[in-house]
Parts: sequence; structure tokens; C-alpha cells
Amino acid sequence: MAVLKVLVIDDEPGIRSGVTRILKDFHVTYPFMDEDYTFEVLQASTGEDGITIIETNKPDIILLDNKLPGIQGVDVLEYVRERKYDIVIAMITSYASLDVAIRATRDGATDFIPKPFTPQELKSSIENISKQLYLRKVTDKLKQDGKKIRYQFLSVLSHELKAPLNALEGYLRMMQEKQAGDRIDDYATHIDRSLQRIQGMRNLIMDLLDFTKIRLERKEEKIQEVDLAEVARNAIGTVEPYAIQMEVSVNLDVRNDSIIMADPEDMEIIFNNLISNAVKYNKFGGSAEITIDSNENEVFLIFTDTGIGISEADRENLFREFMRVKNERTKNISGSGLGLSIVRKVIELYHGTIKVDSTPDLGTVFTVRLPKKPSTIT
Amino acid sequence: MRKSDFTILVADDDPDYLFQTVFSLEKAGYKTVAVESQAEAESVILKFRPDLAIFDLMMESDDSGFILCYKLKKKYPDVPVILATAVSRETGMSFSLDSEKDKSWIRADRYLEKGIRAEQLDQEVMKLLKI
Repeated sequence: MAVLKVLVIDDEPGIRSGVTRILKDFHVTYPFMDEDYTFEVLQASTGEDGITIIETNKPDIILLDNKLPGIQGVDVLEYVRERKYDIVIAMITSYASLDVAIRATRDGATDFIPKPFTPQELKSSIENISKQLYLRKVTDKLKQDGKKIRYQFLSVLSHELKAPLNALEGYLRMMQEKQAGDRIDDYATHIDRSLQRIQGMRNLIMDLLDFTKIRLERKEEKIQEVDLAEVARNAIGTVEPYAIQMEVSVNLDVRNDSIIMADPEDMEIIFNNLISNAVKYNKFGGSAEITIDSNENEVFLIFTDTGIGISEADRENLFREFMRVKNERTKNISGSGLGLSIVRKVIELYHGTIKVDSTPDLGTVFTVRLPKKPSTIT
Repeated sequence: MRKSDFTILVADDDPDYLFQTVFSLEKAGYKTVAVESQAEAESVILKFRPDLAIFDLMMESDDSGFILCYKLKKKYPDVPVILATAVSRETGMSFSLDSEKDKSWIRADRYLEKGIRAEQLDQEVMKLLKI
């Protein structure tokens, strides 16, 4: 049972009380709906009062008279439309004012209720509107359920997988047709770039495997005591060749007990991604600091780097799949765009949190909080 | 007019695709201006009228190419535009300029799947430039 708020804006007290009376015991139900709708009626005698109620009570439906003492119905309509509020508006109007009706439809009114109306006419209008609202809700839910996200994921994935293949194909064709010269040396850059794209694709595939793993494999028996200091040291070892190239120093500071109950592979995903990011997106000669701290119940992991930083706008979408910060400084850094989304998913499995602070040009800090004993891993 | 009288603006955030496209266009004889982002392309368009433009669809945002088509056509309605993308038909994210409906909102003259051969690209460009 769900209650829809109906706001009646009309200067005639008779209309307001009429609507309240008619909708008091009215409920809408459909075979395909999993809940009934009932209605709570709010009243306003002027457009100004109506707007106050819109702001404080956020109604689902507005029944709106156009001829009001102060501002007109169409002004209220415009007010709602400008703010993109999710409200269905029906105009209470006499058929005579066709021009108002046309303007109102253009401005976003979805229904008209003739004045004067019979209880049955009001009810059938409200029934239609409720059905509309229900469908809208179902659509939103589908989106939340990830169907849309899944679709987007697949299209972006196919783009990300095809792009390196296209690049490789292009370079091979150039060589096949000897477009840049007859000697193998004429193609040094082409070969170099091809190898880089292959490496990028390999990373993407590895990340995708991680990605499907965290989605599919949730086995309780994999949970064991894991020493995060150990996991961190391994991850630092993995990134070392790259850190040496970039002359980035990587330091680990273990301040407290670093044992956690977890799947070791999950912890590797967190450390590998965050440490390799701290090096990859660093400056030449910079540093990366990993701090592990804990209290009785929680472990805190802090990854600080002196890197290129992330702008506020980019931070908003940072954990989205295939999100890659694209600018002058990141264009030569390869990445799948999956790393941080995987990290966040893993952390959420353990009911932990991750947050990011960053100053462009100065560096970034990722702070991870994980419970030492996850109650349930979902 | 000869091919060398035409300057083609190419925008693609994939450095390899950009390199290859520019390479093949220059080999065919055209002049080129290469940019790596929607933002760069927008600032180029403000100051400079290309004779033809080739835009990648997905750059900073998923619809960068559409936006660039729109902005270019608004400023220079006569400049032909080719929209190039690796997005495949299988995902359903496919556009073509065959239907009236798509034509009405995609402001491009040609829509090409990436990975087309150099000669094929040259053919399309010549057609659009009426060479």
C-alpha cells in the first residue's frame, strides 16, 4: 500500500473540499501493480501557497486551476517544470479555455480535468495518473536493478576491446602495404605502439577476470586470516619495476595489528590497484605512502601519493566502470578504466568504505576502512 | 582543386587511430589538423574552418562526436562531417544515416565504422569534397 500526495490548487473552497472528499476512500489497483495506491490530499487556495507546499511536501500529483487570484496556474506549471520536479500535473479547467490547455500541455501538464467534474471523472483521471506514476517507478527500478548499467557496460566493453584491435590492425596494414618505407626500422614506432596496445588489452582482460570473479565467486570458505602488511609488500613488489622507471619511492608504514578476516584474493585486488595507481599517476621522482592502521574492529588503509591529482569533477565519477580521467597528463598512462570500480565493489562486499581526497598537481589520498571480521559477505 | 588544397580536421582520443588516420590522409595528399579531444576540437573550430572533419564518437563523453557534429554544422553548415566509431552493431549502439529519423538528429554526412581501409576512407573523403 503506497500513499500518493495530491495537491489541489484552486481558489474555490468547494473544489478543494470536493477533491478531498472524493479521494478520501479511493484506492487504485491494477492486476500488474504489486501495490495499491491511496491518496492524501493537500490544499492551497493560491498559486503562491501551492508553491510553498510543493517545496515542503513534495506532492506526487498536482490538480491545478488556471484562474487563481495571484500568480496563474501556468506560472505554477512553469515553476515545477523549470525545477524538473517529478510531479504529474493535471489542469482543472473549463473546456472554454482551449488556449490555456494548449499552452499548459506544452509546459508539461499531462492531464485535464473538466470543471465542474463528477466524482467519477475525477477518479478516472486520478486512476490514469496513478498508472503513469507506477510505470515511471517501475522504469526507475529497472534502471537501479542494473539492467541499463549492464547494457552500458557491454557497449563500452565492446568499444574498449575493439579499439586496440583496430589500432593493431591499422599498424599491421601499414606494414603489409609498406606505407612508411621499405625497412623494418621505418616501423619502429608502429611496432612499439602495437606492443603497448597488446599490453593494454591484456590488462583489460585481467581486470575483467577480476571483475567477473568478484561478481560470481562468493565462497565463505575462502575467508581466512590475512595479514594486510604481507599483501601490501607483495603488491609493492609487483609494481617495483615501474616505480624504478618513474623513480617513485614506495613506503609502507604498518602502525598497528594488520590481520583481517577476508578472502586473500580480494585484499590483493585492493592493494594491487591502489598501489599501482599511486605509482602510475605519480610524477617523476615522486613518492607513494601506504599506511595500515587499525583499532579493535576496523582496519584503515591510507594510500597517499604525490601525483598529478584528480579534479573535483573527475572525482565524482571516479569509481564508475570504464571511467578514465582523460587529460594531457594521463593520455600516455594505460589503464582499463575498471580498477577503481573493482576496488569499490570488493570493499562494499566487506561492508567497508573508500573515499578519495585530492588536490590537482599535489596528490591524492585514498582512505579505505574495512571491518576486521565481516559479519556477512554478500 | 587538388587534394592538397583541402584541410581535414581529425579528432580522436585514441592516439593510434589518430596517427593512422592522419597518416593515410596525408599520404593521400590532404592537409590535416589532428586533435585528441572534444575540447580541443571545439577550440579549433572556433578559430578555423576545416574543409572536412572526421570525428570519433566516444571521447570525453559518450556522445562527444555528436556534439562536435552539431557545433561544427552550426558554425559552418557547408563543411562535411564523417563520424567514425568502433562501437559495434551487436551492442545495439549503432547508428546509420539511412533512416530519416537518425538523419534528423545526427548532423553528420557519413557514418563509418572504424577500421576501414585507407583507400576506402580516401574514396569517402573525395566524394564529400566533390573531387
